[in-house]
Amino acid sequence: MDTELLLRVYPFFLEAAWVTILLSLYTTLLGLFCGSLGAACRLSRLRFLRTLGVAYVSFFRGTPAIIQLFLLYFGGPQVGIQLDAFEAGVIGLGVNIGAYMTETIRGAIISVDKGQAEAARTLGMSRIQSFRKVVLPQALRLMIRPLGVNINALIKGTALVATISVVELTYTAQRFIGSTYRPFEMFLLAGVLYMIIIYLTGRGIAWLDRRARIV
Amino acid sequence: MEKNQPFVEIRHARKCYGDLEVLKDISLTVDRGEIVAIIGPSGSGKSTLLRAINDLDPLTSGEVWLEGTLVNQVLPHHRYEKHINQVRQDIGMVFQHFNLFPHLTVRGNITLAPRMLKGLSSEEADQLAVDQLERVGLLDRIDFYPSRLSGGQKQRVAIARALAMKPKVMLFDEATSALDPELVEEVNLVMKRLAEEHMTMIIVTHEMAFAASVCDRVIFMDHGVAIESGPPDRIFQNPTEERTRAFLSRHLRNS
Repeated sequence: MDTELLLRVYPFFLEAAWVTILLSLYTTLLGLFCGSLGAACRLSRLRFLRTLGVAYVSFFRGTPAIIQLFLLYFGGPQVGIQLDAFEAGVIGLGVNIGAYMTETIRGAIISVDKGQAEAARTLGMSRIQSFRKVVLPQALRLMIRPLGVNINALIKGTALVATISVVELTYTAQRFIGSTYRPFEMFLLAGVLYMIIIYLTGRGIAWLDRRARIV
Repeated sequence: MEKNQPFVEIRHARKCYGDLEVLKDISLTVDRGEIVAIIGPSGSGKSTLLRAINDLDPLTSGEVWLEGTLVNQVLPHHRYEKHINQVRQDIGMVFQHFNLFPHLTVRGNITLAPRMLKGLSSEEADQLAVDQLERVGLLDRIDFYPSRLSGGQKQRVAIARALAMKPKVMLFDEATSALDPELVEEVNLVMKRLAEEHMTMIIVTHEMAFAASVCDRVIFMDHGVAIESGPPDRIFQNPTEERTRAFLSRHLRNS
């Protein structure tokens, strides 16, 4: 193992890790947005919205993420969607993970005991009041850990955008292999950095989860 | 109110789940201040009937009236929601499994709906919580979360929460069935006190002794039919219907 080489390239990898972190962060936010909307559709009283929600989840969970990404980035310009690689990465991955988050959020909401909403409705609260003040606060606690699993998958999934030349960790590793012919060191370094990001994220999720369970 | 107009009235209630008919043309009336127990074997439809009163389990056909207002009106969605939310404020309900809100303290459980629906200030709501908790003897638990209460205490808080809406009638759906035997009495005591205050109550219960000591009238239900109804003395000592007799002897033998 060439440690001197590692010392020489690691600043570039740190920069790339920062791109991966930003990519993960924006993707998470977009995913949560899409997931909340998707869950709202799936649980709607209106059949049309329920069908829309199912279609969204089925499409994005039922096709490879890389196809979705290519469709957006390479196919997009053909139908007038011009995005740079980073934007396409965030949107492609965000909408994709949003489909998984839809099911996570919906699952948390429906696993809140039905008696809770019944009690609220019995007191005279509307559907929305009972959801906001009684069901949602309990569902939020239930969804922290499973959303953490989604986010973990999403961080690893950002490696996919190397294929559309976003200069993140995986892309950087490949680029340095091209000039150094040292795949072992390069992939190992990238792997370690991914692991650190995922470890710290996991700690953050666990902290949130503990805080939410204080009562 | 005129004496001949019933306070709560159920007319020709029918409820079907697919082919299964769980309520078969039940009619009954409850006067203001009256305390009625509904007894019967499990699956007889007594909980379904109770839950139809506030339209939690809507009837397939039939009418529910509360003080001259039709509860289960057929209205467009938004108007129905407005109507039913208003009516439900007058109908308190206590559940077998308490259904306290675990993310709120006892105070939060009691004040949430009054603040939201009646626009009470936090001082007014606090006073309301204090008053209701005094009624059920749990003022010292006001800042506890439900997870730190015993089952009996939880149910008493659930009663206080329902009372805080100042309901006209209280529905009890097997309020003591999920409790350890030694915790039943404290809940029964609270219910007895409500009876002394002439709260109108409809009580689905398995506790014959309690029904006998507190209620003005007992209704025996079986297979979705109200078999017989009368003062507890007569129903328990001298039932006229064979099915009532069979149920009571089975029940008394088992308990």
